[in-house]
Amino acid sequence: MRKVAIYGKGGIGKSTTTQNTVAGLAEMGKKVMVVGCDPKADSTRLLLGGLAQKTVLDTLREEGEDVELEDVLKPGYRNTSCVESGGPEPGVGCAGRGIITSINLLEQLGAYEEDKSLDYVFYDVLGDVVCGGFAMPIRDGKAEEIYIVVSGEMMAMYAANNICKGIVKFAQAGTVRLGGLICNSRKVDNEAQMIEEFAKRLGTQMIHFVPRDNMVQRAEINRKTVIDYDPVHPQADEYRALAKKIDENKLFVVPKPLSIPELEQLLIEYGLFN
Amino acid sequence: MKTKVTMDPERWKAEVLTKYPSKVAKKRAKSIVVNEGDEVKQIQANIRTIPGIITQRGCTYAGCKGVVLGPTRDIINLVHGPIGCSFYAWLTRRNQTLPPTPDSPNFMMYAFSTDMQDSNIVFGGEIKLKQAIREAFEIFKPKNIGIFSTCPVGLIGDDVHAVAREMKAELGINIFGFSCEGYKGVSQSAGHHIANNGVFKHVVGLNDTPVEGKFKVNLLGEYNIGGDAFEIERIFEKIGITLISTFSGNSTIDSFEQSHHADLNMIMCHRSINYLAEMMETKFGIPWIKVNFIGADATAKSLRKIAQYFGDAGLAAKVEEVIAEEMALVAKELEPIKARTQDKTAMLFVGGSRAHHYQELFNELGMKTLSAGYEFGHRDDYEGRRVIPTIQIDADSRNIEEIHVEADPTRYRPRKTEAEIKALVAQGLQFSEYEGMMTEMGKGALVIDDISHYEMEKLVEIYQPDVFCAGIKEKYCVQKMGIPLKQLHSYDYGGPYAGFEGAVNFYKDIDMIVSTSIWKMVKAPWQKESVIEAEYAL
Repeated sequence: MRKVAIYGKGGIGKSTTTQNTVAGLAEMGKKVMVVGCDPKADSTRLLLGGLAQKTVLDTLREEGEDVELEDVLKPGYRNTSCVESGGPEPGVGCAGRGIITSINLLEQLGAYEEDKSLDYVFYDVLGDVVCGGFAMPIRDGKAEEIYIVVSGEMMAMYAANNICKGIVKFAQAGTVRLGGLICNSRKVDNEAQMIEEFAKRLGTQMIHFVPRDNMVQRAEINRKTVIDYDPVHPQADEYRALAKKIDENKLFVVPKPLSIPELEQLLIEYGLFN
Repeated sequence: MKTKVTMDPERWKAEVLTKYPSKVAKKRAKSIVVNEGDEVKQIQANIRTIPGIITQRGCTYAGCKGVVLGPTRDIINLVHGPIGCSFYAWLTRRNQTLPPTPDSPNFMMYAFSTDMQDSNIVFGGEIKLKQAIREAFEIFKPKNIGIFSTCPVGLIGDDVHAVAREMKAELGINIFGFSCEGYKGVSQSAGHHIANNGVFKHVVGLNDTPVEGKFKVNLLGEYNIGGDAFEIERIFEKIGITLISTFSGNSTIDSFEQSHHADLNMIMCHRSINYLAEMMETKFGIPWIKVNFIGADATAKSLRKIAQYFGDAGLAAKVEEVIAEEMALVAKELEPIKARTQDKTAMLFVGGSRAHHYQELFNELGMKTLSAGYEFGHRDDYEGRRVIPTIQIDADSRNIEEIHVEADPTRYRPRKTEAEIKALVAQGLQFSEYEGMMTEMGKGALVIDDISHYEMEKLVEIYQPDVFCAGIKEKYCVQKMGIPLKQLHSYDYGGPYAGFEGAVNFYKDIDMIVSTSIWKMVKAPWQKESVIEAEYAL
C-alpha cells in the first residue's frame, strides 16, 4: 500500500486535484482510500457525489468510543473509500489534535488492514504545515510520499518551500519523502518553466502540469470529478496522466528547501523578466 | 560524633560549578552568592530554570489557584483542564479554615474540575465549562466561582473570561476567570501576580458597607498553613485590632469585598501579594508596611509597628501588655530548649519569603542559617525593594497582565497626611519597603536562588546541617542522606508556627528534630563498614 499525502497553500486546489487524481487511479483499477484532514470536511465531496459525510470526530463525539468503521468510511466513485476527519468550527479548540485522534481511530478500527487490500491511501491536508497535528500524516510513517500542489504565484511557492522544511524535519526521523510538485496552473507567465526549475532546485520533479480549465469548475458544481462528469474531456486526460505518473513514480527525495533570497531570485528570473 | 567540615563557601561554589557544562555554570554562577555582611551583592533571580536541572519550582497555575485563592472558603475554585491539575492540587497545602457556623459556605474540601477529555481539546472546552459552572451552581449555590486555566486551555484558546461574563449574567453571582496557564511564567510567582490582578479587578471594593472598629487592618500574604492565621487572629483580638481580611488565610470573598475599608495593609509574604497592596494604595489610599509574624521577637516587633502607625496611646499600652504577657510564656518554654539547639545549623530553601521569615525562629533558637534561597523570589525579595528600578523586565514578565490603576474618584482617602507619614518615617517606620533576605543574613552565608537538586545534595554532603527546610520533593532525598528535613510549605503534620504560641510549637518541633539520633541510623551497619569480599573457587 502506498501512503500519499497532498499538501499545499490554502486554496491552491489540493482537494480538487486529489479527488480528480484518485478518480484516475480508481479508473485504472486501483483500490484507494481518501482521508480528508481538513476541519471543513470537503475532501471527498466529488467522490461521494456531494453526499454529506459524517466525520470521524463528529461520530466520536456523538457515539462515544463505540465506533464502527462503517460509520465513518463511505464508498465513493468506483469503490473508493472516503473518510473525513472533521474538526472544530473555526476559532475553537484544536484541529491538529483532532487529526491525530481520527487517524489513530482509523488505525484502531483496522482501516489500513491487509484485508482491505488498499493500493493507495491519500491524505488531503489543509494549508501549510501549521502545527504538530497537521504534520501528523507525515509523522510516524503515516504518509510516506508527499506531493505538493503549487502554482507560479509567489505565496504558493513560498508555502511549498515551507512544507519542504517540514518534510526535511520528519524525513530525518522517518521514511517520508517528497514525490514531486503538482503544478495547478494559475496561468502565470512562464509558469511551467519556473515550477520545473523550482522543483529541480528542491531536488525533485514537477510531476505534472495541470492546465487551468473551466471544466474543473463545471464538474465541481455538479459534485463530480472531471473523469466522472465528462470522461472524454481533455482535462480528464490531464488527471489520468497525473494519476499514471504518480503510479509510476520512482523519484522520492529528501528535499533541499531554498532560502528566501534564492526563492525571490527564482521569481525574478522567470516571473518578472518579460 | 559528626566532624563538621567547614569548607569556604566560595570554594564550595567553585567546586559545584565545575560539574556543570560551561554555559550552565555561567548562568548558575549568578544565582549563587556568598553573602557579604554589610553590602548586599546582586543575585540573579526569577529567570527560567535551565532545562535538565531538577528544580523545586511549581507552575503558574499552582501559584494562582493553590496559593492565593486556595485558602478562601466561600468560592468554588473550578479548574478548567484535565483532571490531574485539580486532583493533585486538592488540599495539599494544608491550609485550614474555620467557618463561623457549620452552615457557612465552605468549599475548600472539594476538588472541582471540568475534567477535559480529548474531544474537549479538539472541539474546544467552553461548552463543558459552562455546563460545569451551571452544575456547580445548581448543587452548591455559591456566591462566587473562580475559573482557573490549565495549560491546554491556553493552547486551544478557550476564552474563560468571556464564559465567566456570560455565566455571571446568567446566574447572577460573581464569576471570574484567571488566565493562569501553567507555562505562563518561570515559576508559581507569575500565578501569584495573575491572582492578585484578578482579585483586585473582580472582588476588592465590591461592598461599601462600613466596617466597625478603631484599628482596621488587612493582613496580606498569610495563608493559614497549619493554622497560622488562627494564632495571629487570637493576638489581634486580644489587642483589639480589627482584622477585616486576610489575603488569604482563613478568608472569605465577603471579607475581600470589604477590605478597602482598612486603614493599614500589612504584608507578610512580600513576593506573592505585594501587587495587591500597591494597587490598593493607589486606588483607595491605604498605606502598606512589611510585617512578619513568624518568630516571637518578629511578632512583637510587628505589633509595635502597628501601634506606632495608629499612634494611639491606649493601643500602644495594650500591645506592650500583650507582648509582655506572651513573651514571658515564650521565654519560659524557650530556655530549656535553647540549651540543646544553641549553635546548631539550618538551611532553608522555600518560598519567596519563607526562607527569610523562618530565619527569625532559628535565630531565637540560637541556630545559625548556613544557606538559604527562594524557589520563586525576585531580586527585591533578596536585595530589598530599592533594586526594583534596576530589575530588567524580560519577555516572561511581559507575559503577565499589568493593570493600570488610578485613584478611585469617590473612595480614595489618604489614611495619613504627608506630614504624618513624614513624622512616622522619621520615627523609623518604613512604608512600602522590604529590606530583603540578604540584608539580614550573616557574612559568608550561601544565598542560592532556584537551587538545583545537585546543589542541594552538595550542600548537605559538605556542610551537614542539623536541619534542612524545604518541601515534599526534597524531603526524602535529604533524609536518606542522614539529615532531617522539615517541610515549610505544609509544616509536615505540625503548626501553627506563627505568633507567640506558634513560635513555641516550632521550638519544640525543631528541638525534637535536631536532638534525635534516628537520622544517623539511616545507613545500615554493613553500608558503613568495610566488607571482606571473596569468591568461591570450586
